[in-house]
Amino acid sequence: MIQNLKSYLRYGSPFIWLSGAFLSIALMMIAGLILFISKEGLRAFWPSPIAQVELNDGSKVLGILTDYESATANDTAKYQFRVGNRDLNGLDFRWIEATSIKSILYPKDIVLVEREEYGYLIGRFESLVTRDLQEPIVNNRIPHSVISKTEQLRSQINEIRKTKIGKINQKVEANRLTLKSKIDETTRRHITEENLLLESEYRVLSTQLDQLETSANQASVQVRIDDGRAMDLKIRYIVRYFEPNNLNLWGKSLIFFSRINEFLSSQPRESNTEGGVFPAIFGTVLMVLIMSILVVPLGVIAAIYLKEYARNNLLTRSIRIAVNNLAGVPSIVFGVFGLGFFVYGIGGSIDQLFYSNALPAPTFGTGGILWASLTLALLTIPVVIVATEESIAAIPRSQREASLALGSTKWQTITHIVLPGSAPGILTGFILAMARGAGEVAPLMITGVVKLAPSLPIDSTWPFFHLDRKFMHLGFHIFDVGFQSPNSEAAKPMVFMTALLLVLIVISLNLAALILRKRARKNLGGSTF
Amino acid sequence: MVNERITDSTTKNATNDNEVISIQNFNFFYGPTQALFNIDLSVNQHTVMALIGPSGCGKSTLLRSINRMNDLIDGAYVQGKVMVNGIDIYDKSCDVIELRRNIGMVFQKSNPFPKSIFENVCYGLRIAGITDKEFIEQSVEQSLRDAGLWDEVKDRLRENAMGLSGGQQQRLCIARALCVKPQILLMDEPCSALDPIATTKIEELIFNLKKSYTIIIVTHNMQQAARVSDFTSFFWLGKLIEVGKTEKIFTNPSIKITEDYISGRFG
Repeated sequence: MIQNLKSYLRYGSPFIWLSGAFLSIALMMIAGLILFISKEGLRAFWPSPIAQVELNDGSKVLGILTDYESATANDTAKYQFRVGNRDLNGLDFRWIEATSIKSILYPKDIVLVEREEYGYLIGRFESLVTRDLQEPIVNNRIPHSVISKTEQLRSQINEIRKTKIGKINQKVEANRLTLKSKIDETTRRHITEENLLLESEYRVLSTQLDQLETSANQASVQVRIDDGRAMDLKIRYIVRYFEPNNLNLWGKSLIFFSRINEFLSSQPRESNTEGGVFPAIFGTVLMVLIMSILVVPLGVIAAIYLKEYARNNLLTRSIRIAVNNLAGVPSIVFGVFGLGFFVYGIGGSIDQLFYSNALPAPTFGTGGILWASLTLALLTIPVVIVATEESIAAIPRSQREASLALGSTKWQTITHIVLPGSAPGILTGFILAMARGAGEVAPLMITGVVKLAPSLPIDSTWPFFHLDRKFMHLGFHIFDVGFQSPNSEAAKPMVFMTALLLVLIVISLNLAALILRKRARKNLGGSTF
Repeated sequence: MVNERITDSTTKNATNDNEVISIQNFNFFYGPTQALFNIDLSVNQHTVMALIGPSGCGKSTLLRSINRMNDLIDGAYVQGKVMVNGIDIYDKSCDVIELRRNIGMVFQKSNPFPKSIFENVCYGLRIAGITDKEFIEQSVEQSLRDAGLWDEVKDRLRENAMGLSGGQQQRLCIARALCVKPQILLMDEPCSALDPIATTKIEELIFNLKKSYTIIIVTHNMQQAARVSDFTSFFWLGKLIEVGKTEKIFTNPSIKITEDYISGRFG
């Protein structure tokens, strides 16, 4: 018996089981997290049915059932409905006691409208009002011609507002800066004349804009909501409308994918709680890429010096310890350093030297994607240095000797043998750095991330890369929408979706690096890594 | 012991005309430890010199002193001279890179680079800055032929060298050393990790290479030393005990301790 137990322990079976159990716990936690986030996030994109709740007092409420609280000692059971119509009700959600409900029906003719402002509108379409006519709407369907005409007007308005007026503004600003600098009298007069011309151009455009706005505002739909009130819905504000109770699986799927598409590809609206997160995706990926471009060469070169050229004395050892400790410094400390050193120090100096005309408005002397990326590069450089040093140390001495014996210099040995051999290790460091960098929020908040960036850091205006611009970031977006928004309950799915997206982006960036590493290993053949 | 050293008269006579390497009163130190004591040895052109002796006797250290591979070791320093083609290689004016290009080396354990077979062989040429593609291809083929590997690998030159067998890898390393056209080839127990068949191939190779290269080989294998070398030197505790024609050393050594080692009574 004892003998059996002894041999049982000698083969380590319980410990093998234990290690397996711990691994599966870790895996389950990861899978559970991703499943939970996806479920909570994706659920909001699937169109849910709208209930028509008739209360005991005879009034009717239209809404999407979102929550249920069972009865407690001092409270009765309650249902939570998302009733929408925030502009009329003031609230998106409403709790209704179960006892006061007489009946719940799901009529097919209720329309859910997603609007550019004030969120959902729930009700029934009554009539269409345009400049020329007022006609009743059948089957809750707005004629296509009306919608396409409004769409046309909308794009015209955007064209004038963003492109044409934007260009004039740019020129006026450029002229203002030129006038501030020292120029001769003729140029000054020339510019003043040009400014007058621009001003009249602007006036023409603004009248045009007013006219377009008026005609765009003319088309609207009369909607009857649950409490009997009628309201005027301007067609130009409609993002999407459909009858949730009247959709088959195919129709629901279409809505689902259309919503996901909007989420991924459009601008946020309603203080980020609705619309898409495209600028945040763009900002996150771009920032991680810039960070990688900066951190990998820097870290690898530093590691080469530390491992290959620096003598192994007290100074080198202290530097190594310092680098390792740098990895443990709280990220907000890096943020503060980035703000002081990069933004105010270097950015301020750049402004003094090259953009002094624009002062006091800062160009580089304020947070921007370049400074945020540099701060993150600083934050992740220890990871790259340590990984690179270790993989350089793993290159067999025999290979260095073989290279040297063939008449190569130390530098040639490093570039031809050591670096290619340690490429997989360097890529491991790169993966770790990227994973850490993509997940950081705190240092970014003070070095360039904003709640809403008016334009992307890359666009079609010269010089195309605007690294001085502020940008949006998915991590900060989660914090902002989830905890800083006035309507955080309605924005909850948005938070989950953004979280899911951030995780997916980190995974796919890592996957890309993993594939690179696999290729590098393959090139090394049966090597030691 | 040093005083008792007897140098074969034939070696001594030959030094005048075609001596390639001449080691004079050479001492080697690993920090405070002295590894080699007053070594005097000369090697003639197109001959094979075998260095034998028990482990730790300093024969590898001497071999690695000839192409200054010991420079890489912290705290190591030398006294005395190593003359290669009449130039003292430990003089400040000596170009180490040029020296190593002229002296190829094959290591105890085969150490191909994790690159293709072709890239392994032409590494020395690329490092030297040669870009003439045709010349490189010809040199690679010639070196592989000289190393007796061409027929085995000619169809897979672009494959990773790590996929070759142990014996093939060692011959690849020899081809790699030959490709830069050195004058001297240093071999540090090149067959110690190989099976008898691969060993035979390498020994045949050494025999053929003797026509155009000067070879110094360190070996633990007495029979191998007897088979491949023209001259043999016996080392013991960092000292050169006896050097002479191989037949003489193996049949009629002048010193008792050499005889004891060769006949397997110690070591």
